[in-house]
Amino acid sequence: MFELRDVAKTFTLHNQGGVTIDVLSGANFTVSPGECVALTGASGAGKSTLMRMLYGNYRAEGGALLVGGVDLAKAAPREIIRLRREVLGYVSQFLRVVPRVPTLDVVAEPLLALGTDPETARGAAAGLLEKLNIPEALWSLSPTTFSGGEQQRVNIARGFVHPYPALLLDEPTASLDPRNRAVVLDLIAEAKTRGAAIIGIFHDGAAREQVCDAQIDVAGFTTGRAA
Amino acid sequence: MIDDDTPLLSVRRLSKRYGAHIGCADVSFDLYPGEVMGIVGESGSGKSTLLNCMAGHLAPDQGEVIFDTAVEGPRDTLLMSEPERRMLARTDWAFVHQNARDGLRMGVSAGGNVGERLMAVGARHYGDIRGTATDWLTRVEIDAGRIDDRPTTFSGGMQQRLQIARNLVTGPRLVFMDEPTGGLDVSVQARLLDMIRSLVRDMGLSAIIVTHDLAVVRLLADRLMVMKSGHVVEDGLTDQVLDDPQHQYTQLLVSSILQV
Repeated sequence: MFELRDVAKTFTLHNQGGVTIDVLSGANFTVSPGECVALTGASGAGKSTLMRMLYGNYRAEGGALLVGGVDLAKAAPREIIRLRREVLGYVSQFLRVVPRVPTLDVVAEPLLALGTDPETARGAAAGLLEKLNIPEALWSLSPTTFSGGEQQRVNIARGFVHPYPALLLDEPTASLDPRNRAVVLDLIAEAKTRGAAIIGIFHDGAAREQVCDAQIDVAGFTTGRAA
Repeated sequence: MIDDDTPLLSVRRLSKRYGAHIGCADVSFDLYPGEVMGIVGESGSGKSTLLNCMAGHLAPDQGEVIFDTAVEGPRDTLLMSEPERRMLARTDWAFVHQNARDGLRMGVSAGGNVGERLMAVGARHYGDIRGTATDWLTRVEIDAGRIDDRPTTFSGGMQQRLQIARNLVTGPRLVFMDEPTGGLDVSVQARLLDMIRSLVRDMGLSAIIVTHDLAVVRLLADRLMVMKSGHVVEDGLTDQVLDDPQHQYTQLLVSSILQV
């Protein structure tokens, strides 16, 4: 489902003296359906950069970065948008929402974008919010005022509401209490069972041991960098 | 979901000069059905010139603006006769001005403003027109009780929502927007953005939005075009252009935003 061939990334900072920073090069690996792979490496090694490239958020400079057959290094915006709508889900660490939109709709949105009728979409969203222990009293409110842990769970609900065949998880269990952490690990296990290919960053070592089938040290793709 | 492979709008080498000064130069792109594209750049970058050339408000010096018409398929709108283009402007196209006063008839009631566009495409039954107008006022969150009031009695945010209702009532396929949230309070902006977003999704609209506000494009646009001195310096997926800008000017633009 994910296939990386000789992927490279360089940042050029034009307004800071044209400094170039080589973050990654020679990244090669594949992730198959039903498999969960953890990206590891010290802070600054390029884990998040690679995750963002896998979502098409950062541009790949070299190589091929295939997700479900679409090469993110070459795809047109609408191909990436379609991929994100149908195939590729992303649970980031931070929730970015439109002000004023109720939590229930924030979670239901990926389904609404796929054309699911609003009632079914909201039903699925409600099911996940309940599973993730978000009190029903909060569903009609915008998540912008929620606590960090609550926002994190809203984000997770949003990432799991559609059964994406490919999933990116950036620290899905950070800032969660043990009960909710267990729920999230269950969701990940369920997604694997239905055949989702997952790439994640897990600082939580026990969680990584529990759900991941393999680990990839991003430091192996790190080249020399400018001072 | 079925994606159409024929672009809704194809712009080719569109250029406009004001004497020696370049308005916009050599702009080409394809916009597909359901896509929302943002055009950003500082004042004088040519983004409004480009929008007005595409929408038929300004005559470009060269180029093509090919629209996939419902009846005849792709046609260069610059070669259409004036009546044809006017018909297009009130059926398949819509234009939302920055200043609602430019897009509304200020001396006509709110219901009249919405109904007028319906009548322009042949609606004649008064009850139906009033019913549709009421429905649209509600959709843009204007109290149906204000239907007989003139827009002069509305707040800026309400006027802008009324302008949107007037534009969308005929079910256009392509909407041009020029700074749709410019000049409005931040809280009013948020509400308007949320509304535009829902309408675009529910109606499957394609839109081209000109703005200098990067937060607006982040929220509304699938893809982004960055203009400087009349030229397109960078384009791509909105979050990619904003989070991983490649061009020097885009990097400057993105890094100049104050963090809240």
